[in-house]
Amino acid sequence: MDYFLELFFGGLTRGSIYALIALGYTMVYGIIELINFAHGEIYMIGAFTALIVSSVLAFAGLSGLSVLFLAAAAAIVYSAAHGFTVEKIGYKPLRQAPRLSPLISAIGMSIFLQNYVMLAQTSDFLPFPSLLPDLPFLSDLEIGIGSTEAIILMTTAVSMVLLTLLIKFTKMGKAMRATAQDRNMAMLVGVDVNRTISYTFIIGSTLAAIGGVLIASHIGRINFYIGFIAGIKAFTAAVLGGIGSIPGAVLGALVLGWTESFATGYVSSDYEDVFAFLLLVIILIVRPSGLLGRSTAQKV
Amino acid sequence: MIVKSSARVFVSWVIGVGLIFVITGFAAAADTIKLGVAGAHSGDLASYGLPTKRAAELVVKEFNAKGGVLGKKVEILAEDDVCKPEVATNTATRLVSGGAHVVLGHICSGATKTALGIYKDAGIIAMSSSATNPELTQSGKYPNFFRTIASDDAQARLDAGFAMDVLKVKKIAVLHDKGDYGKGLAEYARSFIEASNKAKVVLFEGITPGAVDYSAVVNKIKQSGAEAVIYGGYHPEASSIVIQMRKKRMNTYFISDDGVKDDTFIKVAGKAAEGVYASGPKDTTKNPLAIAAIAAHKKAYNADPGAFFLNGYAAAQALLTAIQKAKSTKYADVAKALRTEPVDTPLGRIKFDKNGDAIGVGFSMYQVKNGVYVETSTAASDPAAPKKKR
Repeated sequence: MDYFLELFFGGLTRGSIYALIALGYTMVYGIIELINFAHGEIYMIGAFTALIVSSVLAFAGLSGLSVLFLAAAAAIVYSAAHGFTVEKIGYKPLRQAPRLSPLISAIGMSIFLQNYVMLAQTSDFLPFPSLLPDLPFLSDLEIGIGSTEAIILMTTAVSMVLLTLLIKFTKMGKAMRATAQDRNMAMLVGVDVNRTISYTFIIGSTLAAIGGVLIASHIGRINFYIGFIAGIKAFTAAVLGGIGSIPGAVLGALVLGWTESFATGYVSSDYEDVFAFLLLVIILIVRPSGLLGRSTAQKV
Repeated sequence: MIVKSSARVFVSWVIGVGLIFVITGFAAAADTIKLGVAGAHSGDLASYGLPTKRAAELVVKEFNAKGGVLGKKVEILAEDDVCKPEVATNTATRLVSGGAHVVLGHICSGATKTALGIYKDAGIIAMSSSATNPELTQSGKYPNFFRTIASDDAQARLDAGFAMDVLKVKKIAVLHDKGDYGKGLAEYARSFIEASNKAKVVLFEGITPGAVDYSAVVNKIKQSGAEAVIYGGYHPEASSIVIQMRKKRMNTYFISDDGVKDDTFIKVAGKAAEGVYASGPKDTTKNPLAIAAIAAHKKAYNADPGAFFLNGYAAAQALLTAIQKAKSTKYADVAKALRTEPVDTPLGRIKFDKNGDAIGVGFSMYQVKNGVYVETSTAASDPAAPKKKR
């Protein structure tokens, strides 16, 4: 049972991280029907910013939680700025173009950002300090959950709640939902669509930056390529849950995290990805629009 | 008409000059010792072959300066096989017909394997500086083959042996990164452990390189009750696994390979790296012969030597010294000298076991102590340990 619980919490942690990144994919897709491949790179840039800022702060003599919060804040600002700029440069000029054009532009942005970080920083792996505080009482409880896992779970849960509140109850959230339903109609009734899309990218990038700081502290190393695999997995999670649906992205991410964790624990880690993608295929056969996706009939 | 006859004159002239070369060649054969040097000297893999050729030239110069071998000058016959098995048969045939007494080569395992049959039939000894395929020596098919590099499974044998004999653990988890290098090493390690009956492999798994975290695998190691982990792969994944193991307060031994014996591992894993074992090539930087050989290379070529240079140097020295000690170039005499007479080389004092692997060449075990890799004194690195036919 202990073993089961450990795998359960491991999968939950992994799923929470996927969820933070998957939300960015699903929000952007919901609004402009674009798969933003550069999203994984935004997550990686968040991790790098946090590393640089925390090293500077540690050098300046700060320690503990202040470093964590300042580094996370810097990561959020910097990632959000990148997300905003990527949209303005890469996607906005192509908004009326055929759907393949922004997709290619997104792949180009992803490759550009990877190489830009590699050249500006390094291609080596860098150690990432464990910024998250240690909570010794958790290991004493012996329920198979470590302090970093607990912090990741809590942060993700809080981010989800805030995001839901933002979308449900604020003016911007309303504008987002309106734009997602029908962009032209939203424009006609006075929604500033460009601003709404920019906000979507900023919010998605913020979540990715939080994910970047959390996961980098958890695994303790980063390089310019970490965004790629995390991005692919998060994208899978978003599709699994039904791309465009926010609760779907979270559910998909958790299902993916658990599948990987249990497949490793009870079968073999050789087949971790095999099981994850097998599940994706089965779910898409049974429910082509994903777990919580709406099946939208194409109007003819 | 005039054109035709002048062409005929030209052709006969070429044949005539060629004949002179052939005749002088045979004449020279009588009073030199011919060291064939075969390997990739051009093409993609030339960087693996040229350092050995240069090493041979330096060694030959050194021997000739001292009066040669058995009173005769040593001459190099260099042939290029571009590391391709289909070219290597021709290369070998040319060396045999050119009268090579011993051959230094080949460089790549595949090319070496095809050439060895030809040398075997001709009764010529071949010694490679870089062919690491375990089969070449362990299959017993090529008694004329020797090498001055440890075979691919030497690291696995060292890692497994260290875990069982030095750390005395009974339950071992073997992990790898599914890559050629890591998986190969892990499979060798597993077969050594299973063959020895001293310990049990409680877990054998491939992990996904670059995954977001490895907590599930770490849980599995914990669950399996392993006392030691042998990991085949590179440092990025190793550091993640070690960090997560230590975070879960597991004191399981972590033993890995050359891919982890890298300072980046220590930098990334930080405190978690302390006590980790990793095997790596033996340290030759303090060997005076190695220092001298590298200095000679710098003097002659004004550059640092490339891959397998010291192995090539040692092989050339071993071959020529064996001829000298055997006082003969006959196959049986030279082979006996190689197996019985130790020779001082840049790789240390070496001789060869019955399979043709150099004893005393290979890997040592290192441990992280206070942030640096330190060679452990207990390491028993011996590629000559009990062989198992596969």
